Amino acid sequence: MPNKTFFWFFLPTGLAMILFIGLPIISTGIQSFYAQHDQIVKEVKKCDPFGCTVSIVVDQEATSILRDEKPLGKFNGFGTYIDRNHLAIEQISDFWKETDSFGEFINQVTNLPFYKALLFTLTYCLFVTPNVLLLGFIIALSLNAISRKIRGPLIFGTILPMIVTPLVGSLVLFWMIDAEGIIGANLQLMMEDPYLSLKSSRTLTWITIIIYGIWHHSPFAFVVFYAALQTVPQEPVEAAIIDGASRYQRIRHIVLPHIYPVVTFVALISLMDNFRVFEPIIGFSAEGSAQSLSWLIYDNLVNEEVILFGSAAATSMMTIVGIAILLAPVLIRTWKEFRTAR
Amino acid sequence: MRKILLTLLFVLFGTTAYADGHCSKPSGSINILANDFPALRTFVETAKGCKGSADFKVTHSSEHNKIAVPALTANPSEFSARIAANSSIVPLMNQDLIRPMDDLVKKYGKGIQDSQLITIDGKVMAVAFMANTQHLYYREDVLKELGIPVPKTYEEVVAASEKIRASGKMQHPYAAAYKAGWNLAEEFVNMFIGHGGEFFKAGTAEPNINNAKGVATLNMLKKLASLSNPDYLTHDSEAIKVEWESGKVALMTLWASRSGTLLDDEGDAKITAATKLTGPATVGGGSIPAATLWWDGFTLAKNRSDSDAEATFIALAHAASNKKMVADAADQAVWLVEGFVPGPKSIGVIEAVKMGAKPYPMLPQMGLMHGALGSEIVEFLQGKESAEQALKDVEAAYISKAKEQGFL
Amino acid sequence: MEYGLDKRSNALKTFNTTFIIIWLLIACFPFIWTFWGSFKVRADFFSRADWWYAISAFNTLLETGGQFTSKAYSEAWTEGEFWKASRNTIIVTVFVVSISLFLGTLGAYALSRSTERYAFWILIAALIFRAMPHITLVSGYLFPFFELQIWGILPTTIVVLVAINQPFTLWLLYSFFKTVPKELDESALIDGCSYFQAFRYIIMPVMWPGVITAGLFSLMLAYNDFTVTALLLNQENHTMVPKIQSYLGTNQHEGNLMWAVSAVVSATAPLFMLVMFFQRQVISGLTTGAVKG
Repeated sequence: MPNKTFFWFFLPTGLAMILFIGLPIISTGIQSFYAQHDQIVKEVKKCDPFGCTVSIVVDQEATSILRDEKPLGKFNGFGTYIDRNHLAIEQISDFWKETDSFGEFINQVTNLPFYKALLFTLTYCLFVTPNVLLLGFIIALSLNAISRKIRGPLIFGTILPMIVTPLVGSLVLFWMIDAEGIIGANLQLMMEDPYLSLKSSRTLTWITIIIYGIWHHSPFAFVVFYAALQTVPQEPVEAAIIDGASRYQRIRHIVLPHIYPVVTFVALISLMDNFRVFEPIIGFSAEGSAQSLSWLIYDNLVNEEVILFGSAAATSMMTIVGIAILLAPVLIRTWKEFRTAR
Repeated sequence: MRKILLTLLFVLFGTTAYADGHCSKPSGSINILANDFPALRTFVETAKGCKGSADFKVTHSSEHNKIAVPALTANPSEFSARIAANSSIVPLMNQDLIRPMDDLVKKYGKGIQDSQLITIDGKVMAVAFMANTQHLYYREDVLKELGIPVPKTYEEVVAASEKIRASGKMQHPYAAAYKAGWNLAEEFVNMFIGHGGEFFKAGTAEPNINNAKGVATLNMLKKLASLSNPDYLTHDSEAIKVEWESGKVALMTLWASRSGTLLDDEGDAKITAATKLTGPATVGGGSIPAATLWWDGFTLAKNRSDSDAEATFIALAHAASNKKMVADAADQAVWLVEGFVPGPKSIGVIEAVKMGAKPYPMLPQMGLMHGALGSEIVEFLQGKESAEQALKDVEAAYISKAKEQGFL
Repeated sequence: MEYGLDKRSNALKTFNTTFIIIWLLIACFPFIWTFWGSFKVRADFFSRADWWYAISAFNTLLETGGQFTSKAYSEAWTEGEFWKASRNTIIVTVFVVSISLFLGTLGAYALSRSTERYAFWILIAALIFRAMPHITLVSGYLFPFFELQIWGILPTTIVVLVAINQPFTLWLLYSFFKTVPKELDESALIDGCSYFQAFRYIIMPVMWPGVITAGLFSLMLAYNDFTVTALLLNQENHTMVPKIQSYLGTNQHEGNLMWAVSAVVSATAPLFMLVMFFQRQVISGLTTGAVKG
């Protein structure tokens, strides 16, 4: 395609992305290198309906002079990135010196918020992504073999986990898996353990969230695979049947190669979405046992009265880098294909 | 039809309110940002009754905390007023986004009581209109049957809970909102204040929790947690309320503002009848209750014209001094407005004030400490680390945040 | 068109049917439970005493005198002003889906037919763009939007949702366009069509499965988004999800959980219609016989 035609085709979408994603990423990147100015505080008398106390407030006159001079804040370089709540370089080298065994060292490191979150995030990715791909593909194949007349409602049923608002989907599930809820209580019966509770132990919470993740994301893979299956040409399949190819062979040598670009796409997107896992943690109130990188960002931006933008910006940038590393193998493959296609 | 009726009601309501709530018909433009719950909706609706010719808009949002700072930073700011609490006023103060309103109080604030004014350094920064706290709820029937007196201290709460557990009536007789994050941190704050602790070294932002009081606080929390449902780390106020209603709990620490549904006719009548309220408990032999007092009040945006501020103040002051509103909505909140007759549902707050409970600290860096507490003490409760280690972690997490924010 | 299965194999057919039934049970059960529970009172559906209450309607009987009650629905729609939220959601969804698809198909087609190196880098950039957590993006928007006084209105939110969704739409459509053989439009170009005509008359008709899939995901995003809508809209313009969140109450104050439950069920009904309608389109797009390898 000539460059000029390409430009006009791509202009609208490119403009939207640069304006609303590209620029904000750059500004977030810049923000992450800055910290707030020193807050000059003074002691004053404060009175409310319950009495008076003397305590500190930010001295606006003194602080505003600093702020006006440098509105971005104090340049901090990688200071935010390496502090205790992020990469914690200093703490880790201390642990390395102080701890006697490697196990203890790992224990100490995973007690730090960033590494705790990273551990959960990676575990979640590792378990959810392949299962989502596999389950989605099997469901797509199976549904494709079902009579067309009843397929509509079946498709709707299949994608229900994805379309029920996550916010409330997990609220309802949270109650269902409660020790007194329908799933939780029946699990107790099945396991013959009256004290079994999915919410009380860390391992069970992780398993619950991972199963929820597979349940919630499989429909996504299904939809894309199903739509792709509809574009598979019929003749080669028929020819293969005549040649006596087995079902497995047909899938392996005709269907999969045809929908291969779509498989790559689903893998890329699910890996990325899983790395940004966040909603189930809120939905299941699992902050105590499971924290993810996205949850850390949310915590910095929303949970506290004071918005920690620099901190959130740093974690966001690291999330992007993390995703880039994770996706690298798939991307290199895409690049090779791209070159051969040329 | 329904709409007509509503309008009619509203007109009636509006005119009567006008008669008693000093409304001097403002003009200009009013836009309010507030949290989203019934009492605040009532309050804003009442203010709307005195909008005069002004353009009146409101946004009730669960995300109000997130929106407030950017919204009030813009000039002119989107909102002319923000309804805040003693924690959420802090970021506005830190960024210098709200205006003092002494002149307006003098001019239009006739019905507002002096006790409603929040003054900082002698300047009125907010006008409070409702109060809240966490206090003890108990099941009268259960305590009576086992011959347990109503607990006054957390030590007695522990003893009573152990007795109930031993009697076999209930496996997990105590409940409190220990959900990891904000709720759990709030429980720590309460208990630490009950032990007489100060979060920061006087006059500075240096943390001061890794000491004997901090350890005692954590140990008490752990003891109480062991008497609660094992899922306690996921339980917020809603969850423990439901547990109470299911009759599996005999002692509970919960917000006063949530007493409404525990005492209404819905649910098991036997449990409702036996549900009694009392003040917050003390701890560790202290005399100050292990609870914090909260207020909700309105603040005015700085980056907004004087005429808008005036119009907004007139409307909101009308509601903040409205006797009819507090009489009609006496069930919705503990109002700080003159003319409020405290009912049985407000016992907790009244008791807490009588006992000299402290307000939640209105400090510029308190939010950072609260956040650090919420996630770092979890592992202690789970039994994975010692109290000292947990407190050390809290301080370390806090220090990193405070450094980034320029407090240290 | 049973690629994976042989019609003759009965054992496989049975296995297939059982698998689908089990999967559907797992997939739908929470929703069926929610639907059932939405006609009960809170004390039954959100019971810690015994989950069986939700089936036996113990408290519903006590409080309303019947086994079922539609009180939550009528209250949420009138008192809870859910109708307003639904109206806003419809506006947002319609615009987001149509704009997203329009921009996305153009861009993705260009990417899939370009052999230049920059096309690859654009795709990578789009992927990196998508990696950015939404909450950080939206927090960044707040300051400029308030300063420009475009906060709170629907068009802003629509544009933001479209932009945030573009990387995904581009990638999805790009992978679909890749499955369409190049020879198809190349022959049209030789016949004297312009690129745009080739796109409009040759590619569009065979692209329905892909376009509808992309549309479905845009729709889902616009319909289910919380971060963007809750932070960028004022109360007048709140869509369904922030509205539902507001029914859940706050830490200190009681919400109205049954409103939330009935609202979720109400919100799912129109999606059922849409999915039924479009899945037929996906298949009919095919049966017109446009796709021939």
